[in-house]
Amino acid sequence: MESPEKQYNKALGKGIKIFTKSSSLVPIVAIILGLITGALVMLAGGYNPLVAYGALFGKLIESPYDIGETIRAITPLIFTGLSVAFAFRTGLFNIGAEGQFVMGMLGATLIGVKLDLPWFIHAPLAMVGGAVLGGIWAGIVGYLKAKRGVNEVISSIMMNWIGLYFANYVIGTWLSEKGQQKSNEVHESASWSIGWLSEMMDHARMHGGTIVALICVFLFYILLWKTKQGYELRAVGLNPDAAHYAGMNVGRTVVKSMFIAGAFAGLGGAFEVLGVFGYQTISSASPGYGFDGIAVSLLGGNTPVGILLAAILFGGLTYGSGGMSFEADVPTEVVRIVIGAIIFFIASHGIVRMVMKPFSFRRNKPTDGSKEASRT
Amino acid sequence: MEQNATAVELSGITKRFPGIVANDGISFKLRKGEIHALLGENGAGKSTLMNILFGLYQPDEGEIRVNGMPTVIDGPSKAIELGIGMVHQHFKLVQPFTVAENIVLGSEPSKGGVINLKQANEKVKRLSEQYRLQVDPNMRIEDITVGMQQRVEILKTLYRGADILIFDEPTAVLTVQEIEELLEILRSLAAEGKSIIIITHKLKEVMALSNSVTVIRRGKVVGTVETKSTNERALAELMVGRSVSLQTEKSRREVGKVIFAAKDLQMKSNQNKLVLNGVSLEIRAGEILGIAGVDGNGQSELVQAITGMVKLSGGQVSINGKDITNQSPRQTGLAGISHIPEDRHKHGLVLDFTLSENVVLGNYFQKPFNNGGFLKYEEMDKLAHKLTTEFDVRSSGIHTHARSLSGGNQQKAIIARELWRNPSLLIAVQPTRGLDIGAIEYVQQRLRQARDEGKAILLISFELDELFELSDRIAVMYEGRIVGEVDPLNRDNQRLGMLMAGDTNA
Ligand SMILES: Nc1ncnc2c1ncn2[C@@H]1O[C@H](COP(=O)(O)OP(=O)(O)OP(=O)(O)O)[C@@H](O)[C@H]1O
Ligand SMILES: [Mg+2]
Repeated sequence: MESPEKQYNKALGKGIKIFTKSSSLVPIVAIILGLITGALVMLAGGYNPLVAYGALFGKLIESPYDIGETIRAITPLIFTGLSVAFAFRTGLFNIGAEGQFVMGMLGATLIGVKLDLPWFIHAPLAMVGGAVLGGIWAGIVGYLKAKRGVNEVISSIMMNWIGLYFANYVIGTWLSEKGQQKSNEVHESASWSIGWLSEMMDHARMHGGTIVALICVFLFYILLWKTKQGYELRAVGLNPDAAHYAGMNVGRTVVKSMFIAGAFAGLGGAFEVLGVFGYQTISSASPGYGFDGIAVSLLGGNTPVGILLAAILFGGLTYGSGGMSFEADVPTEVVRIVIGAIIFFIASHGIVRMVMKPFSFRRNKPTDGSKEASRT
Repeated sequence: MEQNATAVELSGITKRFPGIVANDGISFKLRKGEIHALLGENGAGKSTLMNILFGLYQPDEGEIRVNGMPTVIDGPSKAIELGIGMVHQHFKLVQPFTVAENIVLGSEPSKGGVINLKQANEKVKRLSEQYRLQVDPNMRIEDITVGMQQRVEILKTLYRGADILIFDEPTAVLTVQEIEELLEILRSLAAEGKSIIIITHKLKEVMALSNSVTVIRRGKVVGTVETKSTNERALAELMVGRSVSLQTEKSRREVGKVIFAAKDLQMKSNQNKLVLNGVSLEIRAGEILGIAGVDGNGQSELVQAITGMVKLSGGQVSINGKDITNQSPRQTGLAGISHIPEDRHKHGLVLDFTLSENVVLGNYFQKPFNNGGFLKYEEMDKLAHKLTTEFDVRSSGIHTHARSLSGGNQQKAIIARELWRNPSLLIAVQPTRGLDIGAIEYVQQRLRQARDEGKAILLISFELDELFELSDRIAVMYEGRIVGEVDPLNRDNQRLGMLMAGDTNA
């Protein structure tokens, strides 16, 4: 029998370990360092960072309207974060969530504007239309990779631009009145807005997409870790040679994974149209949610819960920046600097570990940190 | 230099991983200028100990002294600073870089921030002549043999001024010829005053090479002896705690119907060279066919062709009378082929999957593991439990990642899985590579048992002893063809050698 003291120490050690598991600590330290970086930039610009951050975070909960709009800002990031992370789990870098997002908007707009159906068919169909179009857009990238070995980073950047201009063209020729810079409104029957909730939140744009986003977070987990399909996707991502040896069709798995990733992004786009704006605009630049999705998946460590938390953070920072600029007169771009800095610190965990070192006294390296050591 | 001075002294080293004590109070002494062999079962903790000495892991307890000075080795750069170099079993070279670039990487001769490649080449050339380690500084790593890659690794450590060298199973990946060369190199390095630690499972090498031997069992030192005063049998017993015999009675055996047939197989390489040039084979039920030959004469391609991993350009493959030519690995698997691959890290395992996930790598899509599209983890766990117990796969549990298993235990897990799949044809490529002798004995027994149950087995091995020990027939491969057969009951080394060199008149 171990002495009670020893047992206590052991338990304590375990407790510390849970909170200091480097995998969960790095993002938190990165966030703090990112906020500090933002503060330094503000100081250099002659602003008071405390006031600015106060305004930023105050804004998020200032009124029911702001709470609602914060949730609205978070929702698309969950979708694009899931999109990037899903592809990543299969070993693919989906930089094309942006284009898939736009195509998702287009799919939803097409069905929402052109069809006239009972709401219980129309709304789901418009959503699915967005998901499918986003999925196909990403699927093309996957197909090129599987069949022709085209690097997915390059092709998906190209697809981003093709998607943007393609959507502009379709809206301009089929979906809008002459001279308008936006599509016609989608029919009421296709809308995902939740009227009573918006009413309650001072007319913040609340919509059912947020619930779908949460369901998708759960689906992401189930699909990857509980299904046969997910087993294949992960195997291909971790070791395509072994997957091939085990009889998996690596090429087809790549296409499937991209399709699903694109569908997540497409859903995000669809709900922007069906839940927030009610139309799609002709624009010269895409909305940027796809690119932010990369940041979200990175900060979230490509795990479902991590993505949810990271989307909340980035969505909150982005929405709150409005308040910061309004109340403390700090340009909203500072928030982009903060987000950029967080990503920088995540990507360079070396720096973060160095900062953490003095706090970890003489603890032994965690086992997962010693992975580099090859097993022989 | 004083002959008996100590280069490295480890005392009371303990290293715990979640659920397992990999090193349990290990004390170990390396004298200057000696070759010290580290011996022990799979998972005994040898690699872990050496990774500690090289700064890749931090010990939980214990002290390290290098040249008499107590030190904390908190990373490989510290180890290098102390003159310690390590050649890992899996080389750590940058494939598209040249030999010279790899050797100087990290301490390049440079001028104003620009690497002076000419000077690097010069230095590498001089070093390679000084130690008689023949390499071509301008070749790219991806184009050179495994043996030369290893010499590059050795030069890399010497370039950094190492005089304490650690080799983790260096001979496991080498051909017979290359092993001879390596042993010669190690002897001359020791003669120059370098102190060497070598991990190996081959007792012959221990006897031929080392000055002293330390045996580890389950994380503890069970003995340190002078090589002069011991022998293979004693070492084996010390290692596994019982006596081991790899020799068995052999006799001609009855065989059954033809299970597997390959006719006139042809395969072209990327350079349009014929790497398989008309191979024909038949294996019957209850028969082990061994393939002998120098590495690189089409053995890997033969396996890839049969399993459907690479397409044939001609010929026909059938199993149980069913044509499976150019079918996918999935289909050949379903047709009754299972395969212990040559490269366990590349093909055999998904290292970041758990053991449970890895044991169903070829069967995850079937019942009972797949239930309407959902995985049944209980069933996977059950199988993992069964196989790890049966094959004594040591780990801290079936939910640990395959990556954290010792090399030999990874290999055992693969063998267990492929035998469990109950194939008609089992393809075993270097099945006992990296296994300790106890495990080799067990695996060989299981292969024989599978044969006696009526399976056909294709055995590819570069260990001639193993080939003769296990095979019922031996075919010799040379430049993509079968050039002849030899009889395992009447071993004729001379004829075998001639066949392996492509002399078909033998
Ligand atoms: N990073 C790790 N995390 C968890 N367990 C580990 C880790 N590294 C090693 N182990 C465990 O420690 C034990 C010793 O492993 P080690 O690799 O040192 O064995 P070894 O003596 O080199 O065996 P082999 O002859 O098979 O290479 C094994 O049971 C292994 O599973
Ligand atoms: Mg080892």
